[in-house]
Amino acid sequence: MNQADLKTTRDGLGDGLVELGQSNKDVVVVNADLEESTRTHLFKEEFPQRYFQVGVAEQNMMGISAGLALGGKIPFATSFAIFSPGLNWEQIRLACISNLNIKIASTHAGFSNGPDGASHQALEDIALTRVIPNMTVVVPSDYEQAKQAVKQIAEIKGPCYLRLSKTPTPILKTDQPFIIGKAQVLSQGKDCSIITTGNMIHQSLEAAEILNQNGYEVGVINLPTIKPLDKKVILEAAQHSQLIVTIEEHQIAGGLGSTIAEYLSQARPIRIIRLGADDQFGESGTVEELLNKHNLDTQSIVNKIKSLFPTK
Amino acid sequence: MKDLSTQTRSIRENILSMIAEAGSGHPGGSLGSVEIFASLYFNIINHDPKVPTLPQRDRVLLSAGHICPAWYATLAQAGYFEMGELLTLRKLGSRLQGHPEYKNGHSLPGIENSSGPLGQGLSQAIGLALSFKLDNLPNQVYCVMSDGEQQEGQTMEALLYAGSNNISNLTILIDRNNIQLSGNTKDILPLRDLGRRIRQFGWTVFEVDGHNTDQITNAALKAKDNKFSPSAIICHTTPGKGVSFMENDYTWHGKKLSKEDYQKALREL
Repeated sequence: MNQADLKTTRDGLGDGLVELGQSNKDVVVVNADLEESTRTHLFKEEFPQRYFQVGVAEQNMMGISAGLALGGKIPFATSFAIFSPGLNWEQIRLACISNLNIKIASTHAGFSNGPDGASHQALEDIALTRVIPNMTVVVPSDYEQAKQAVKQIAEIKGPCYLRLSKTPTPILKTDQPFIIGKAQVLSQGKDCSIITTGNMIHQSLEAAEILNQNGYEVGVINLPTIKPLDKKVILEAAQHSQLIVTIEEHQIAGGLGSTIAEYLSQARPIRIIRLGADDQFGESGTVEELLNKHNLDTQSIVNKIKSLFPTK
Repeated sequence: MKDLSTQTRSIRENILSMIAEAGSGHPGGSLGSVEIFASLYFNIINHDPKVPTLPQRDRVLLSAGHICPAWYATLAQAGYFEMGELLTLRKLGSRLQGHPEYKNGHSLPGIENSSGPLGQGLSQAIGLALSFKLDNLPNQVYCVMSDGEQQEGQTMEALLYAGSNNISNLTILIDRNNIQLSGNTKDILPLRDLGRRIRQFGWTVFEVDGHNTDQITNAALKAKDNKFSPSAIICHTTPGKGVSFMENDYTWHGKKLSKEDYQKALREL
């Protein structure tokens, strides 16, 4: 694919907020000294009165966002995923106790901050946010989904976490609409169903295509909403596939795979193979190198799934 | 200026009864902050206890959630809800949670925010004040803080932000009682010259006798007129005020009241 066709979900945040800001005057943006990096400088240029720069102070950012929500505003608290929810988890939790209408939009999630190294690679943020009651957790797969997610979470009355990436990706080609709370069933497969989220949809689709050309029957489900979980689709996948493979740019512990395992262990016990960071931190490197190292590149996914069917 | 001694005595009695009935709680800061809450609700703020969600009301947020018995007892005294509900403090199903919980439409009338983990209320108050400024509304935001939580990093972040951004519709009242859970603040982590420090962050600072409702009220009225900076009223108080064996003794920060202590304390008020 031509590099020029690739876009990031953080750009979807920046552009989505500008569009949302025009239609909804209650939308405000709070930022902790990462204006251009989060693409929220675009909102600042359009709506300077509704943009609050708090400096390097993520806890204050979240508390101010809570207060803005108490005042009837719809605040988007914006930073990197490692800092928010990393540095301000308790502030988020307290806002969730009140079910406040805060939107936490965090960029540079997963390995997408590659060269910055382990301290800047958020691989635990899905776990941190999804365990909090009242929270909605959304992970868009491309620029367009991110833009739509921005608008849709503004319609939800309650706290939402929007996980965004710095890695450019293609636009996902599907006729399945992007609706928060709904999975996108892109294909079905008797051998296995891949369930994935965020950027990893692209590697997952490539892997499925290779496998299907080689006699395997692999389906792919994109799950842009981790919470609330689209249980119906997950249950159906478990009913018509031999096994489930989850793929995520996140720790295996606590993320998408854990979410699926928690649900299916009760609803329909089935073998679940979970791919992601396996209780390891990242390190400096390109995104591609890091995905390779953690067996999240297309070929590693193909090899892993092949190994699950030794008789084929 | 109204004499509030009848109200403050009743509030103190209720605080003791609530904590005794609950079997746990924080009597030191609750008893010491009574005049702060009474000044706010009986002298300072624009509000209507019969219409707790009145849009024009000033907002009182509590940052140091553990002293909520004083907040709850003052709200009941002002008529926000029946006094009888006070004795449900810390019990299952009660709207008087051990630390305040704001739940839109479901919380105790008069409660405006959730708190408990220290150091978060000032940021919430700033956000609320910003929302009023955005809408060109005259509502004033008040935030009651403890001195111990001036040690929290988030409080520093928020003080710096508010002072640098002219959040003039915000007034904080700090219960400067010199104690915290594990000891005296000067022994745990000295706050140095608190007033000077906050002033350096761009605030207007008042220092008052925190048991003198006239002084608190006068400072708050001056603060409301100040359109150039946020204001901090440092209220110098005695923790456990009114009960000789609790006064200035940090061990009463958070300790249950035995039946004997309760009776003895009531007689002293």
